[in-house]
Order: sequence, then structure tokens, then C-alpha cells
Amino acid sequence: MNAFEYVRPDDVAGAVTMVSRDPHASYLAGGTTLLDLVLKDGVVELGRVVDITRLPLRGISRGDDTLRVGALTTMEELAADPTVTERLPFVREALLLGASPQLRNMATVGGNILQRTRCRYFRDPTVAACNKRAPGSGCAAVTGVARMHAILGARAACIALHASDLCVPLVALDAVVHIQGVGGKRSVPLTEFYVLPGDRPDIENVLQHGELITEVEVPLLPVNARSGYLKVRDRASYEFALTSAAAALLIEDGTIARARLALGGVGTIPRRAREAEELLNGAPAVNQTFRAAAEVALRDPFTVSGTAFKVELAKRTIVRILQTVSGVQS
Amino acid sequence: MTRIITLRVNGKSYENEVSPRLLLVHYLRDVLGLTGTHIACDTSQCGACTVMFNGESVKSCTMLAVQADGGEVKTVEGLATNGKLHPLQQGFWEKHGLQCGFCTPGMLMSSLNLLQRNPDPTPDEIRHALEGNLCRCTGYQNIVAAVQWAAQEMKAKPAAGVAE
Repeated sequence: MNAFEYVRPDDVAGAVTMVSRDPHASYLAGGTTLLDLVLKDGVVELGRVVDITRLPLRGISRGDDTLRVGALTTMEELAADPTVTERLPFVREALLLGASPQLRNMATVGGNILQRTRCRYFRDPTVAACNKRAPGSGCAAVTGVARMHAILGARAACIALHASDLCVPLVALDAVVHIQGVGGKRSVPLTEFYVLPGDRPDIENVLQHGELITEVEVPLLPVNARSGYLKVRDRASYEFALTSAAAALLIEDGTIARARLALGGVGTIPRRAREAEELLNGAPAVNQTFRAAAEVALRDPFTVSGTAFKVELAKRTIVRILQTVSGVQS
Repeated sequence: MTRIITLRVNGKSYENEVSPRLLLVHYLRDVLGLTGTHIACDTSQCGACTVMFNGESVKSCTMLAVQADGGEVKTVEGLATNGKLHPLQQGFWEKHGLQCGFCTPGMLMSSLNLLQRNPDPTPDEIRHALEGNLCRCTGYQNIVAAVQWAAQEMKAKPAAGVAE
């Protein structure tokens, strides 16, 4: 357990400069991921903690058809926002099915996007083999006990899961991440923000060291769209997803005019199910369509013995949420 | 590397020099001697360490003391006023909402967070609000009853309320 320096810069540019110049510095926001990794698990060592919680990046503003969410907005604040309730109900559902009130009071939207995996091998420094912690060391999860692990985007080098609930509807909505670095600002769609493990599972997203998420821009659903989030887990509350699905449908005369679908609990990154959406778009809102979409969404999974059950569970999760959102009986 | 922090805890001002890595829960217990806030899992799971920070419940084992600089903390010691139990404490007494009592300070603070936002919660809403607080004795039934009792009491006698 290392000692670290604590600093609290006054403005965003100062914070970005501070972290960009120091390879051993890290931003601290809600702390619900970082403090565990540094102080409890001993997995991350830091020389300097840059507390950004008082920077002016907190708050929600509504445009005509988007919601602009400051990166330091807490999960509870976002869940309580009237526009979220009205126009993004599945975002609210996903938020309130995650963590617990105390954690949601602390955890920020930017931090939720950047949360590290809950893979127990990653979080245990006594385990030698973890390509995410120590590139090239192997993966203890592939041969060990696995359950809360990924089956899509996974490979023998890493099956660590991205456990966010919030990010599942956000990738379905084509949310955009706004980023500030020393060289200026840029924006990246959340669907292009995450990086599949490949040969370097330690690289998880497109951020350069020191770049800071300042805002997330979330397109609102059409007024007549319906949406829902289904989370399947080992116990009824306070647990990460085994599988989850976020769906938004615009249905006209029994036909799906526009579908948005994304999966949680199964991916190394929050998974947008684009092929399934293509199949759903223009198809009748009936059970055969839903099952066909589920089959497409779970094509070519990578499973180990402990995660094989998730393939069928995820398909049923998709069918169930599409039934719920469309009102079609099973 | 130490840093001077100034904050209010249960209405009283404190100024202390602390290490950046000191957790808020250790500051409350070891520096201020306020041992009502408990430590159990130490890994953001169990909720025993729950306190109010700037009016909202947080896990004090997942927050640095330096982050609380300039803020307002309320712990279980700050619930009773002038020797009179808070309605939530009275509710846990009346409805036997505890056995060993280890989780109780955290349960009380999470319940306070709930009743501030929702003064008339259903049993289901109470269970949802307390999902980040683990109890190994009661099976939660009496805790839910205790929070309901407190909500009724605070509706009947608003002066006993949560807003202070």
C-alpha cells in the first residue's frame, strides 16, 4: 500500500495538465472503483491523486433532443432527473438496478463509464496471471472458476467483464463522450470509446493518459418510443448482472419501425447488438422475430465451462425484454 | 505530504492534519473518537460505515478524509438531539430492528437518506433503499418495520423530523 500525494486543482485545464504530465497521477471522482483498487485491493499504485470532484463538471442540461450530462453528475442525480424519467426510462431503470444508494450518491457518470472490471483475478494481486494487470502474464480466469465473466468480445487472453448497467442503455442510445486533453477537446461515440481486449487487455478505451471525460451527451428517445432494461442476477438486489439487456422500440401497426438493443453482463465492453437491430427493424413485433434477433446477437460466443450457461440466458434475456417493451405475450 | 482539513461533524467544527490516504471512517473513529460509525467489510460492500456527507448517504470507507475538507458530516452520534432519540432510533427500539447492533448505525443513516427523499416509503421502497446495508441477524423484517414506524412518527410530529 503506497503513500500518495493529494491535489485539488481549481479548473479543468489545470487538472488535465497535472495528470497528463505525470504518468503516476490519476483522477479521483466518486472513488468507488479507484479507492478499492488502490487502498483495499493493492492492485493500482499511484504517486498522485488529482481530486476533480469540485470542478464545474456536475449537472444536467436539456437540449431539444439531447441531454447533456456533466461527467461528475452522480448516478442518483441522473436517476432523479425528470427528463430521464420521461424520455429515457430505461436509463433510469439501469441506474437504480446498480450498486446501492450510498454508492450511487458517490459514483459519477464519467466514473461509471471508466469503471474497472470486477474480475476477481484482476482484483487479487496474489494471482500472477492477469493480462489486464500484467500484460503477457496469462489469464487465470480462463482456466479458473469463472461466472461473472464475458462471453462476447472475450478470448483466451482475457474474459474480464465490463459490469456497468448504465452503459448498456447509453451504447444503445448512441451516447457521445466529450473529452478534454492537453491538446484540446474531442468527442467519441460511446460505441467507439471502448477497445476489445485483443492482445492488450490492459488497454480498455481510447483515452490517452491525462485525457478527461467532461460530459456525456445522450440523445433522447422519440416521444412515442418505449424502452426497458432487464437485469438477471444471482440474487434480487445489490449484485452485478449475469446478463442484461436494454431495448428501445418504436412500433407502428405491429411492425418495429426502429429498434435499439444493447447487452450487459456478457461483454468485455458494453455490447451494442447492431445485427440484431437490423433484423428487428421493419420486422413484425412477434416472438419469432425476437428469438431470431437473440440468436444473431449471441453469435460466436467465447465460453469457458463456468460461463457456457450465459449464452442461452442472454438470448432469453433479449427475448424477454423485447416482449416486455413491445407488450407481446410470450 | 499531510494536509490540513477543516470540516463540520455533527454540527461541530474540526481542523486536523491528516495523511491523504486516511479514509473518512478512520478519521471519524481514530482522530475524532466517534466510534459509532462501524467498519466491517472495509471494501464498500456492507454499509456499516454509512454516514451523511453534505446531506447524502455515503460509504465512509470509500472516501478519503481529505475529500471531506470543507464539508458537513453527520454520523449516528449526531442523530439524537438534547438526549432525545431520533424517530429512527426510537423506531429501531420499538420494533426491535436490531439484534447484535453492528449494522445499526449504517442502517440508521441509510434510512435517514431515504426518509429525506421519500417521507412515506412503501416496504418495498425501504428494502430497495437499504440494499447497500447488510444485516446478518434480523432477516431485515424488523428493520423495515422500524423505518415504517419512524416515517409514521415523523409525519405525526414533523418537529422530530430529519431536516436538521
